[in-house]
Order: sequence, then C-alpha cells, then structure tokens
Amino acid sequence: MHPAYSVILFTTASGAGYGLLALLAVFGAAGILPAHTWFGFVGIGLGVALVAAGLLSSTFHLGRPERAIRAFTQWRSSWLAREGVAAVATFAPVAVFGVGWVFLNDMSGPFAWAGAATAVMAFVTVSCTAMIYASLKTIRQWNNALTLPAYLALGLATGALLLVLVAALFGVYRPAFATLALALLVIGLVIKIAYWRQIDAEPPRSTLGTATGLDRFGEVRLLEMPHTEENFIMREMGYAVARKHARRLRLVAASALFGVPSVLLAFALWSGLGFVIAASALATLSAAIGVAVERWLFFAEATHTSMIYYGRAA
Amino acid sequence: MTSLPTATGDKRLGLVIDLDTCVGCHACATNCKEWNTSGHSAPLTDVNAYQAEQRGVWFNRVFTYEVGGQGPAARTVHFPKNCLHCERPDCVTVCPTGASYKRAEDGVVLIDHDKCIGCKLCSWACPYGAREYDEDVGVMKKCTLCIDKIYNTNLPEADRVPACVATCPAKARHFGDFADPGSNVSQLVRERGGYDLMPETGYRPTSKYLPPRAGAAAAGAPKKLEPVPDLAGAGKFLRWVDRVLSR
Repeated sequence: MHPAYSVILFTTASGAGYGLLALLAVFGAAGILPAHTWFGFVGIGLGVALVAAGLLSSTFHLGRPERAIRAFTQWRSSWLAREGVAAVATFAPVAVFGVGWVFLNDMSGPFAWAGAATAVMAFVTVSCTAMIYASLKTIRQWNNALTLPAYLALGLATGALLLVLVAALFGVYRPAFATLALALLVIGLVIKIAYWRQIDAEPPRSTLGTATGLDRFGEVRLLEMPHTEENFIMREMGYAVARKHARRLRLVAASALFGVPSVLLAFALWSGLGFVIAASALATLSAAIGVAVERWLFFAEATHTSMIYYGRAA
Repeated sequence: MTSLPTATGDKRLGLVIDLDTCVGCHACATNCKEWNTSGHSAPLTDVNAYQAEQRGVWFNRVFTYEVGGQGPAARTVHFPKNCLHCERPDCVTVCPTGASYKRAEDGVVLIDHDKCIGCKLCSWACPYGAREYDEDVGVMKKCTLCIDKIYNTNLPEADRVPACVATCPAKARHFGDFADPGSNVSQLVRERGGYDLMPETGYRPTSKYLPPRAGAAAAGAPKKLEPVPDLAGAGKFLRWVDRVLSR
C-alpha cells in the first residue's frame, strides 16, 4: 500500500496525543499529578495540538477536503466515520478537565469524571483508527488480531514518553512515570515483533488461481497487462518495499522506537531531574523517528488482493 | 446510507462474462469509456492523455493470462474485469460519507459523486480493484452497470444493456437478472458452471464468470481427413461425368 505522509503523520501524532491526554487525565483525576496551571496548559495543550494536527493532516489526502464534514454521518457502518465522531466527541471531556486543571486548579468531582471520560474516549478513538485498517479483508497484513493492540500500545507508549518529558520540565516528575513508559515500550516491542513474525509466516489468502478461477486448468501466469501505463490501482495498492530494506527498516524502527528510549529511560530511573529532562527529550525524539518508520512500514509492507490480478503476490 | 439494504429487492442485476469466447479485443473497455465519460459518471478523466505517463479512469480492464503451464495444455485466456456488484460489498460499508451505496431494488453498487470526499478507502476495501480515483474531479468512480442506459426509456428496448455487453463482438458478455432463475444469465450460470472470483474473501459477487471450455487437447487429436476415394465402384454415368469434367 502507498504510504501517504499525511496518514502516517495523522496516525502517529494523534496516537501520541491521545496517549498523553489519557495518561494526564487518569493521573490528574487520581491525584498523582498536581493540578498546576502551567503544567496543565503545556501538557494538555501538547496533547490537543498533536491530536488536532493529526486530524488536520488526515484531511490533506482527501480529494474533496471541503466536504470532510460528511465523513461524520455513516458511523453505523464505517470505522472511518466512527473515528471522526469519536475524535470530535473526545474534545468535550478534554475541554472540561482542561478548564478544571488550568483555570480552577481543581481535578476533583466532575473534573475527575471528565478525566475518566477523556481516557475512555481516547481509547475508543485510537481503537477506531486501528479498526479502519484491521477491518479491511483485502489486506492480510492489517486484517489480523495484532493491528489493534499495536496501535493502542504505541499510542500509549509515545504518550507516556511525552508525559515523562513534560512532567520533568515542570518538576512534577516521578520515577514511576519512567517505569510506566519503559513497560509500555516493552509491551509495544513484543506486539510489533509478534506482528512482524505473523505477517511473514502467514501464506497468501488468495492466489492468481482463485482470483481468476482458472486454477482448475493448472498454473496461471500473467501474460499481458490491461494497459501500458500504471493506473490508480497499481500506484495506490502496488507500493512494494524491497525485502532487504524491510528487514533493515524494521531494525531501525525497533531501535529508534523501543531500544534507544528504553535505555535512556532505564538510566533516567537512577538519575537526577536534569538528566531525566535530557534523557526523555532524546527518547521522545528517537521514538518520533522510530514510530514514523514503523508506521511507514505498516503501509509499505501491506499487500492488497487487487494486485494479484497484476501478477503480484498479496 | 452506507449500511447494506436489509431486504433484497426483486432484482439482482449483473453480468456473466464468458472466458471461453472472449477474444481480448478490449472493445468492452473502449465502449464503456465512451458511454461513461458522459452521463452519470462524467467525466472519466484522462491525465496526460497524449503524452508519457498517461493515466485515467477506466471501469473495464482486460487482462490476459497464460493458463496450464508451458506445455501443449497451455492456453491463453483473456480476462475482462470490472465491478462485480457484490452482495457483501465492503466498499460500501467502509464509506464514511454515505456516497457509496447498494441499491435495494436491483443490487447495483453506485457512488453519489456529490457526497464523495475522495478518501479512497472504498478502493482499499475492494478486493477486485474495481474502484478508481478521478484525480481531476477528486472523487471515486466505478462501474455503474450503465445505470443511465439500462433504465433509459429514450432508448429502444434492445439497447437497454450495459455498453460493454452491447459492443462485445464475441458475445462474451451477458447482462441480466440473477434473481430470476429463468433469466439468460441464470441459465448460463447453471449450464456452464458459472463461478465467483475469489470466493474466499466472502464478498459474494453478483456477476459470474464462465470457464473456458475444455481445449483441443482434451478433445483428442483432430480427426484425419480421408483421401477422396478413387473411381473404383462408381457407375458408368459417374465415370462419364468425371471424364467430361476432367477435360
């Protein structure tokens, strides 16, 4: 599948934003984080900015972005519509607990409930994003049980890294935050390794034989393309990354997204606040590169059944 | 409404494509483009139409496959492919805007181009590669089964068939109602063993393909022609005729 940069930015930025908002909301409601004005402003502001940037960039690949409002209507059947509705609905509890935190310095009572609602809605929204891909029967690399957990784990892990950084900058850091981020990174790595093993091991679900129904006569081979130039289907679905590059890029993604941040966080656990700030900033930067590569691979390694007709494996 | 119709209507319109008689002339693709570049889906934009890297929207694409390996059993099969108007079209249910829909009354899958936002998700959901993006208009386009032709009362009744069917010189394409067991398409499917493409995906296409008939190899070696018999056994009259004609 063609890896559109707008969609890579959308899924990674909004994932990290929702992860950060969910963690802030839960820890704020539980009284683990203090309801300080500027900490809340920067933390919640960063989460909202990432989500908003992601949602905005997702409209860049539309042919008719001026009609994007229509995409909220078909939530009964479409995961994309559900994602849109959930994303917008999440802003309501975020606004309530944001006002409580930033302006009233109060995270009790209704503001705590709004925090809980924020966490639930963030979970729902990221799940909808993942299901857009996981529900497509045409792409076996997405249509499996690990796509949804991977989106949730990576959203939470990158959000937790941001939480460590922002909390450290405002002096409300606790080593437990770094431990949490470390644990989420390990969970994310385990899920991604399991995912990569699964898509490598799974045989194609369809072949040129079943796609044409001609397997009854023996082997089927493409003799002539229907046209001389690349068409939309081939450009959109036919993107292929060389196998050796895929292996290297997986290593890059695993190192930058999980390896480097994990080592930095592990050191941060036994260091002073100054090192925590530097380490979490570096870890966030590394993870940002890593998650972009991971998401690029998620698209580039996905094969589409329609390409079988063009003589490719899917 | 992108939810699928709950009740199936009286009709299930679709095509039967006969892989035995298709000669791969691309007339269906050409006439399809000709009809559909005006009317319901107009225009079917071509980008760089007269230069390198030409690309454009086509609803019909004709592939050619070599089947049965390289030996004497090998055969060439021309394979036209367009939207199959599935019973379980995920391309419809994934649409976030309500632009894609499956008609309850006849099962035809269509796009409302005024509602489409061009997110291309429907093309991702189609296993057959039947939906194409019109980059000039910014919306998705697809085979309409010539919806503006098959119900067009301004046309003589004989012409109310999809453009691809009307033009096929080999009579390899047939249009009809699969809900009616007595229709031409239902009969063809019964008699010739019509089948679904990629049944494992579960989209349950309405349109069916007819397999190529057993080839020459299966029928055995061609019968040797007997030499013309000589005149032994012919009567006097025939010998005289032979003499006259041989002069």
